[in-house]
Amino acid sequence: MACNSSSCQSNCYKNDEEYAEDSPSLTDRKLSTSTNGQQNLCVKCKANQPISSASAGAGAGADDAHFCYGCFRRNLYGKFRLSVTSYSMITPSDNVLVAFSGGPASSVALQFVHEMQHRAQKNFDASKDRSLPVFGVGVAFIDESAVYPDASEKVDDAIREMKLVVSKLTPPMKQLHVFPIENIYTSDSIEGKDRLTKLLDAVNDATGKEDLLLHLRMLALQKVASENGYNRLILGSCTSRIACHVLAATVKGQGYSLSADIQYVDARWDIPVVLPLRDCTAQELNLLCRIDGLKTLQLPNSPPAGINGLVSSFVTLLQEENPSRECTIVRTAGKLTPFHFNRIPEISDCTVPLATRRRQKRYNLKPMESMSSESFCPLCNSPLSNSDLSSSNKPESCQSSRFGGACCSSCRFQILPKDSSSMEHFYLSLPQQMVARVKHGSCDNSSMLRQQIQDCLLSDSEDET
Amino acid sequence: MEEVADTKARKGGARLCSLCDQRRAALKRPKTLEQICRECFYKVFEEEIHQVIVENQLFKPGERVAIGASGGKDSTVLAYVLSELNRRHNYGLDLFLLSVDEGITGYRDDSLETVKRNEIQYGLPLKIVSYKDLYGWTMDEIVKMIGLKNNCTFCGVFRRQALDRGAALLKVDKVATGHNADDIAETVLLNILRGDIARLSRCTSITTGEDGPIPRCKPFKYTYEKEINLNQICTYAYFKRLDYFSTECIYSPNAYRGFARELIKDLERIRPRAILDIIKSGENFRISTNTKMPEQRTCERCGYISSQKWCKACVLLEGLNRVCQSWVLGEAKALIMMAERK
Repeated sequence: MACNSSSCQSNCYKNDEEYAEDSPSLTDRKLSTSTNGQQNLCVKCKANQPISSASAGAGAGADDAHFCYGCFRRNLYGKFRLSVTSYSMITPSDNVLVAFSGGPASSVALQFVHEMQHRAQKNFDASKDRSLPVFGVGVAFIDESAVYPDASEKVDDAIREMKLVVSKLTPPMKQLHVFPIENIYTSDSIEGKDRLTKLLDAVNDATGKEDLLLHLRMLALQKVASENGYNRLILGSCTSRIACHVLAATVKGQGYSLSADIQYVDARWDIPVVLPLRDCTAQELNLLCRIDGLKTLQLPNSPPAGINGLVSSFVTLLQEENPSRECTIVRTAGKLTPFHFNRIPEISDCTVPLATRRRQKRYNLKPMESMSSESFCPLCNSPLSNSDLSSSNKPESCQSSRFGGACCSSCRFQILPKDSSSMEHFYLSLPQQMVARVKHGSCDNSSMLRQQIQDCLLSDSEDET
Repeated sequence: MEEVADTKARKGGARLCSLCDQRRAALKRPKTLEQICRECFYKVFEEEIHQVIVENQLFKPGERVAIGASGGKDSTVLAYVLSELNRRHNYGLDLFLLSVDEGITGYRDDSLETVKRNEIQYGLPLKIVSYKDLYGWTMDEIVKMIGLKNNCTFCGVFRRQALDRGAALLKVDKVATGHNADDIAETVLLNILRGDIARLSRCTSITTGEDGPIPRCKPFKYTYEKEINLNQICTYAYFKRLDYFSTECIYSPNAYRGFARELIKDLERIRPRAILDIIKSGENFRISTNTKMPEQRTCERCGYISSQKWCKACVLLEGLNRVCQSWVLGEAKALIMMAERK
């Protein structure tokens, strides 16, 4: 298909042929370009100019160059809204907390959540009976300057910007929670900073340190959510981020727990975590931020090192070779069996509209094992595989080694210190929430077992060996 | 372990092997980074493979086993180690070498010489099956016909069948191939990148095709490629003998596998155990059992095992013959036109 328009700036049709062969996943979303007789028009509405690759910026795929601004935005928002409604991520009675880092993905997440809330507010104001309440929205930013002390000034600037951004997202008004990460410790902030530094310094592996920080970040978000009455946590995780996670988890030996991390809903946490942007690529989100003028803040932190860094460069390389590779990776991983906690718990509350409850029942993933009880690693909270469990059978003497035995083999290798004295120090520097998981977990397991064998016990005095 | 090694008495200024504490440490073991001597390296290398064979019950006494031998380092080391362990631990196996001649001049004919040498060195009877005999085409002819884009697909499909047919001719109970940990880790990554969940669930099994004509096993599943290399380098350096054929296939492509291989090399540099961790992940992926096995039938054209009406080899051959026919027709037409013009 020759592009016979001499004024055509984008190399849209040259790319088109390659992508038509190589990206079957994208062709069902955009209309076939062979039906588009006109050059230089949006493939969806055939009325407006497509976004030119000049404004799209470097790295924009030919895909985006085919939509006009309106259709592109509608398409992206449509994906967001479909995820939210299909998986009951946000229902009228919810109070959702948006995890905000200032980056493009969380900026789009915040913007879209705001638009959804704004629309709900307008409907509420216009309706006579006011039956459907409007869900609440809050914003959380985890201040990690305790980990990167040189960057604290930049972080302060960023926080000022954020306050501005959030104040503009009205009505309805949203609260911005700035939570220093050392506050996961219940003690005062100086002691908290001290313990945090000790904890991270005890980890020698660069990848382990990065991953531990991620686990602590989640703890912080959970704490903000539960202390402020939120019942949902929204993350801006997009296809690209998830594709990297799929490969990184595979490389770290976490194949068993991988399917838990990449679903739309993750309810193993006290405040369930939802991923409404799961089907959007980083490229799309970047483009939207650019053309919408959404201010993105580049927070100073070190680029991913170790395994995470390698995987990230690898995926970038793959994307250059085939722009739909990220989607294929996530689609493959999506075929792995999820866990029973990968859905919003069924709403038995009668005050929630029936339509919502019905829709939830329809999309909720069928449980493979209805009453399976998983054990979880106290550090990363991932479900333990049989090989993790069997390697921790020996009874341990002291608390710190018992803790170590309860961890998954990946955390044991890359996070836990090897010698026993460093391990002691590490254990003492852990936040209480992680320590508590061990005691909680073991109680759960034995009562679960007891329940299951209750029927088979002959008499109370009989001992099962 | 480092501190302990330091405090040990040094022999003539050099570090001692951390395993035997007698000989001078000459190597750093890629898998564990231990500093050991050459003899201990051979010993742990072979003993670990023995453990894998025993724990996974790969062989039974009295079995006839064909070793897929390409002449490359993996199959050469496999042939040596299996015959050695068979003797040392009395596996009671009848071992054979099975080689496939794809008909690639300048590559396969050279590596076949290596296999013939192995036959003599290790005392294992050799059988060679060729694409020409089985399918009527050599790889050289196929490449001439279809070019360099999909030639590897042909070769891979043909080789699998060729191995099975050769194994049937030898009347063996099992085929052992030299796939190592790096290969399997690459395959896991490839299947994720390519979206093949069904293959992903099967590719980490140490034994495959148990319900087919002849099961295959991979004794090197947990053996690092670097260690196989090291094994061969030691043999060369010490015995001044290069047992294997070290060139890549001349049609070696920019296969997609190259991406995965690069990543694995980079990973191995910062975390050697990542290779085994990938295999572990592959084994532990939660894949529901009903996505696993395709339906098993027989090919209507040749009788080989197949999941479709025709086996892949027959499908490819049919395509090849059609291309050949149209090429021949095209040539014939051109000749006729030339004659008419005169």
